[in-house]
Amino acid sequence: MKKIIYFATVAGLALSLNACNNESTEAKTSESAPSGLSVGQSAVQDDESQKDVVKVAAGSADHSTLVAAVKQAGLVDALSNAGPFTVFAPTNAAFDKLPAGTVEGLMKEDKKADLQDILQYHVYVGIIKQELMQDGMTLGQVNGGNITISNKDGKIMINNSTTIVASIPASNGIIHVIDGVLLPPAK
Amino acid sequence: MSLSPSKLLLNSALVVAAAGTLYSCKPKSAEAAAGGDAAKAYVAPGKYDEFYNVVSGGFNGQMAIYGLPSGRLFKIIPVFSQFPENGYGYSEETKPMLNTSHGYVPWDDLHHIALSTTDGQHDGRWAFGNANNTPRIARINLSTFRTEEILEIPNSAGNHSSPFITENTEYVVAGTRFSVPLEDGNTDVPISTYKDNFKGTVSFIGIDQQTGHMGIDFQLELPGVNFDLARAGKGKSKDWFFFSCYNSEKANTLLEVNASAKDKDFIMAVNWKKAQEYARAGKGKKVAVKYAHNILSEKNHTATSTIEKEVLVLNVKDFPDMVYFMPCPKSPHGCDTDPSGEYIIGSGKLAAVIPVFSFDKIQKAIAEKNYDGDYDGIPVLKYEAVLHGEVQKPGLGPLHTEFDGKGNAYTSMFVSSEIVKWDIKTLKVLDRVPTYYSIGHLSVPGGPTKKPWGKYVVAYNKITKDRYLPTGPELTQSAQLYDISGDKMKLVLDFPTTGEPHYAESIPADILMPKSKKIYKIEENEHPYAAKGEGQTKVERKGKEVHVWMTAIRSHLTPDNIEGVKLGDDVYFHVTNLEQDWDVPHGFAIKGANNAELLIMPGETQTLKWTPDRTGVFPFYCTDFCSALHQEMQGYIRVSPAGSNVALSYGTGKTNTAAAAPKGDSTAKP
Repeated sequence: MKKIIYFATVAGLALSLNACNNESTEAKTSESAPSGLSVGQSAVQDDESQKDVVKVAAGSADHSTLVAAVKQAGLVDALSNAGPFTVFAPTNAAFDKLPAGTVEGLMKEDKKADLQDILQYHVYVGIIKQELMQDGMTLGQVNGGNITISNKDGKIMINNSTTIVASIPASNGIIHVIDGVLLPPAK
Repeated sequence: MSLSPSKLLLNSALVVAAAGTLYSCKPKSAEAAAGGDAAKAYVAPGKYDEFYNVVSGGFNGQMAIYGLPSGRLFKIIPVFSQFPENGYGYSEETKPMLNTSHGYVPWDDLHHIALSTTDGQHDGRWAFGNANNTPRIARINLSTFRTEEILEIPNSAGNHSSPFITENTEYVVAGTRFSVPLEDGNTDVPISTYKDNFKGTVSFIGIDQQTGHMGIDFQLELPGVNFDLARAGKGKSKDWFFFSCYNSEKANTLLEVNASAKDKDFIMAVNWKKAQEYARAGKGKKVAVKYAHNILSEKNHTATSTIEKEVLVLNVKDFPDMVYFMPCPKSPHGCDTDPSGEYIIGSGKLAAVIPVFSFDKIQKAIAEKNYDGDYDGIPVLKYEAVLHGEVQKPGLGPLHTEFDGKGNAYTSMFVSSEIVKWDIKTLKVLDRVPTYYSIGHLSVPGGPTKKPWGKYVVAYNKITKDRYLPTGPELTQSAQLYDISGDKMKLVLDFPTTGEPHYAESIPADILMPKSKKIYKIEENEHPYAAKGEGQTKVERKGKEVHVWMTAIRSHLTPDNIEGVKLGDDVYFHVTNLEQDWDVPHGFAIKGANNAELLIMPGETQTLKWTPDRTGVFPFYCTDFCSALHQEMQGYIRVSPAGSNVALSYGTGKTNTAAAAPKGDSTAKP
């Protein structure tokens, strides 16, 4: 917990030092907001509040692939909403485990729907902390698919394939850092 | 690569500088995107708005009246909450309005509005509102804009699925959000026995078409789910009512997780005509309950509260052809019927699709008994058999749907903060606009009726963050007006709202303006303490009570000098406004009053009770700027010790200075 506080403090400082110095990047962010319209809650200027799930993820070096994907999928504003969300956040290494070219393919404009589907499969509306994860529990994810949680003697796995590496609280939910990408079952 | 939390977080700190630029600054394009077409909302000074917008106030327990398209606030109507501004809930006449079986309950949480209809179209008679916390339904008269009646709902808790009305306002329904142990059985049960002991109920409140008076005709006893929202059918489906239900898991703790376990909950379809027939035929059982019924009389401007002791309950298990469940994905919230009455839209707030049910298919499935088992003995219709289709990828967090009468539906999306317009028949998404931010309800003028007026959709948002000048941690609530007259929705206006707006309705100004009451006729005033002229003013002692028959007219109060009140007395100021002129209320306030002021409309009598706590002379005055001599409209009351021999005396305009003046007042005889 101490580390989390440290993280938040440094992040806050960094944000304030670097405010408003990159117009082109901002414009790009806004273009990828939902509905193809400019901006939403992610653009609210607020350096006092606890960070939301998007800002926490954006502050993690190990999640640059995920953050880029969330932006490309136009989910930045939705995930800046009141939530509450449980976000299963694959690390860069987790994305690297996918077959070569997978991520690059999904980042193409014509694959946006597929990317949204995959990312929304990583989000649950509601806060499920690790201590609430019971063996055999299923969670209905935002994309409409279910994930299954196993909890064998405290070892938690998602869809029998992925492990929670760390859990980080955010203002509008919780992030469970996972070591694999969850792939939605074929519909 | 090692992925320990500490490493992760350390890395986080290192890269956050780069990330910061993404989120810390509002893009320049923001203003353009979020700016509205203000000209369309402009109503020139002296001109009227097109619509009255009747908006729930949520936790302020009130309704508010705005104009559309301007967003101007005209009036706050106190309903379930005391309102010191005009004395509602403080005056002796209005205190009974807030009486309940729990005693005096001066606050509630008003979520939904239902404007009365005839043949499924607005008729401008009444607005109904629900009290969520201590279950009640209120009726507001749309010519006086006053709360005229409040009915408590027994066997209910969290009266959220209310008030929704049938096509001809035959019934207002009130469904319980919390299932509870019913009042006639053992209510002192372990919470863990939820599945056995907790029941849901839906009350059908009959409406007297002349007076508007409400009475619970019958109650349906139902499985212990949570009822969320509802809509009556229309046209061919007018004999039916549809209710969204969640928590079909029957969880009694941590619903955030435990009520989301199942893939599907239900929309409940009730054939209310059939239920009415059973009730009329003497079926069901009368059970002992306790609930308050409060009515304000326009004749004497006084409310009375009666405690009712019985309600007729139809246990749905005993009437198998009356209620059916339809599976609906993921904790449905909104449940809306389109203007034709053919389509019923369930909005699962956690669902990835919006299911649209077909009334014809529901009838067919019922006729063919096309069931997918039962839920607590109630047939569950097969999802596929009753489904018209699903709107695919509508957005995230669908909540509520309204209609424009042109075949389009408008659904609010909480998580993705947008309104999505879609075609009811083809289920294709036609347009989407962002809301700022996190929309809850939305409202099209006439949206829930058979003939929507269309033209606008208003978003009622939950979060405003950077939309207005900040006012500390608590920010204004807001509405946003969109023009929907073209193919694309266009943002026209942001306007702040009081309380927290949930549902709202809008009705054309033409319907309400002509019937708006201007004055109460003084000769029709039947208040027992009315002084219908200054000659009728007087002060009388009844034991420890002192009653003052007082009048107010520009620019004096009669009597304005009162003596002979003693410590230990309760003084009742019954103030009659003698004006017969529109927009000339008088107010009344007295120093040290532990309640509020009064605002008295022309021709009306209202009473403020005042219990002096010390001896001395206390001023009272008119609080509503009424005339050029408003500041002269004042008086004094003298309070003497309990054992004092100061005689009761009163008057206006007397110049004698005797401490014990003779009783009566020569100047007060007209």
